Amino acid sequence: MSKTDISALRAEIDQALAQEDWYAARSGLERLSNVERSSAAASFAVARYERMRPHLALTSCRLAILRSFTVEPLVPLLRARAFAGGLDVEVHVGGFDNYAQQMLDADSELYRFRPDVVILAIETRAVLPGIWEDFTGLDGGRALEAANEFLDSLSNWVRVFRSQSEARLLLHTLEMPAVASAGILDAQTGEGQARVIEELNRGLRKLAAEATGVYVVDYDALVARHGRERWHDERKWLTMRMPIAADCLPALAEEWLRFLHPLMGRIAKVLVTDLDNTLWGGVLGEDGVSGLQLGREYPGAAYLALQRTLVDLYRRGIVLAIASKNNEAEALAAIETHPAMLVAKRRFAAWQIHWDSKVESLRRIAAELNVGLDSLVFLDDNPAEREAVRLALPEVTVLDLPADPMQYASVVRACPLFERLTQSAEDRARGEYYQQQKERRAAQSGHASLEDFYYSLAQKVEIRRVSTSAELARVAQLIGKTNQFNLTTRRHTAVEVAAYADAADWDVYSTEVSDRFGDNGIVGVAMVRRGERAGQRVAEIDTFLLSCRVIGRTVEDAMLHVLIEDCRRQGIERMVGWFVPTAKNKPAEKFYARHGFHELEQTEAGTLWALDLDGRMIACPAWIELRALAGAGVEEVAHA
Amino acid sequence: MLERVRRLVADVFQLPVEDISAASSPDSIEAWDSLHHLDLVLALEQEFGTQFTPEEIEQLLSVELIAALLAEKVPAQGVA
Repeated sequence: MSKTDISALRAEIDQALAQEDWYAARSGLERLSNVERSSAAASFAVARYERMRPHLALTSCRLAILRSFTVEPLVPLLRARAFAGGLDVEVHVGGFDNYAQQMLDADSELYRFRPDVVILAIETRAVLPGIWEDFTGLDGGRALEAANEFLDSLSNWVRVFRSQSEARLLLHTLEMPAVASAGILDAQTGEGQARVIEELNRGLRKLAAEATGVYVVDYDALVARHGRERWHDERKWLTMRMPIAADCLPALAEEWLRFLHPLMGRIAKVLVTDLDNTLWGGVLGEDGVSGLQLGREYPGAAYLALQRTLVDLYRRGIVLAIASKNNEAEALAAIETHPAMLVAKRRFAAWQIHWDSKVESLRRIAAELNVGLDSLVFLDDNPAEREAVRLALPEVTVLDLPADPMQYASVVRACPLFERLTQSAEDRARGEYYQQQKERRAAQSGHASLEDFYYSLAQKVEIRRVSTSAELARVAQLIGKTNQFNLTTRRHTAVEVAAYADAADWDVYSTEVSDRFGDNGIVGVAMVRRGERAGQRVAEIDTFLLSCRVIGRTVEDAMLHVLIEDCRRQGIERMVGWFVPTAKNKPAEKFYARHGFHELEQTEAGTLWALDLDGRMIACPAWIELRALAGAGVEEVAHA
Repeated sequence: MLERVRRLVADVFQLPVEDISAASSPDSIEAWDSLHHLDLVLALEQEFGTQFTPEEIEQLLSVELIAALLAEKVPAQGVA
């Protein structure tokens, strides 16, 4: 974009503001930030965003910057970018080099500002001048000593800070010099300048990992990424204490922003991608699967790089979805069959592949995944589609893809909405969870009645007497933790369960369930004790439980069926069982009544139910393929 | 050149460009203090792709002076 076009764009933005067309003003500012990364453009943008503040859904963030160098020119750059991403950042800048006092003094300006986030922006040249400038004058031992003294002080400041404030703290790593004081000799010794700074940074990371709410900004890596020579401006450092070259300032502002997004919860949960010319090169409908560009060679490598990025996001816990104008069957077949396809179909939690508008597709995806539109990021090579989405769904974040597909991956990686500061096992598995839910729901919605749904699950239920130690361990685990579908909630220990499994008058059953979506493993347990009562052969159901994974799928009916038939075979005349109510087992409350048991006795602890077996049957649901007590000669029922 | 400098000064100090004249200086613009002077210097360097010496930075004390210095330093851009 030429200078004249930029002037026109700025005029357009001001006109939109004058007409109170906030949408046009906002999208104009977004376009401006893509073509003009300068400080002046940032100040221009901040002034405009401030005017339309009440009309934007902004998350406010109070940021304090403690520093050893001039950070003031970074502030408008940071604020402009933050506004564009929905963050209204108010900045407090601490005095030069008084970060320690600010952190140690409970009544300091820092604490009075009540920050949400604090950045400790310090540089090696300022905090450890000996190591930075005069390394050759220190013997190796002395340098490490100085480094450790600094880490001790830092650790002390962080401890005091933690006791004074709940704000999140970001620590800059310390930068290496572009050229070591000892020249190439530095790398030859075990205790060179680079090595000492590495030690410092290792200590800093450890310190952050051990404290709560303390994170590391890898400033050294940032500088290295842009080039140490290019990053540093010696003259500005000497005259204004501004060590960073003017054209590198936006990079630091953007790096900080990557932390503010996850810290303030302004993040995206779902990436919705287009297919043709985005996820692969070419148009499926015209070029066919074999004509698509995707692979290790140019130009397919660009799309492969984007796919690799999507897989990384998926593993980070970001949910993937598709919005594409294509024939669904063809597009899914392409995803499944193209040999270079990296993002497997199962990694997409939702897709809208048809000829309806993308706006409609995004709405449906948000509804299906049960997230707000502001959780979506939309990726599409077609500027017209992007514009339509921006206009109709301003809550959705639309990434502007450049014309060159080789840059697609880096645009996605640069988006701060995908940054996370922690990752749980649940995050890593989230994509799979959504995918299974999608399939089950699709199965449910595709069928008119509940029965059809049960049939569509194609459940296979296998009920066995527990014999192996692995089974015993899993059964004991379920007894220990199942709350909802649990009739008695008796928490027998593993040792007890093992003893019952061996006892002549007890039966311990495990229930394993698989369905068309996969194997659920052992999800049900029943324990029955046989005995005599008033001259009758009676069996008491001591324990009967189902994991919440399979509640509502009639597995319990199959279990009861097997229990009763097994007891009948052993000459039992009556089944009894307690329902012991707890705060959580309401789902199991009606179980006995529903199967024709009658109330025998009610006490404070619960209700005792009974069923006389004289000829009475509890049928296994017809949609379950049952394998029960194989080899015990009881029965092997197999329903179609 | 003068126009570009005026616009840049307006941006940095977050004022309408109409309020900026050739004579605008730290005396007439309240926000133009020593710290924000640095913002202006960096913005000028980014915009014109040049570097100022410390001596020059001290002289950049009005829109007119800035434009004149830039015309000397980056004559090619002055024509555009």
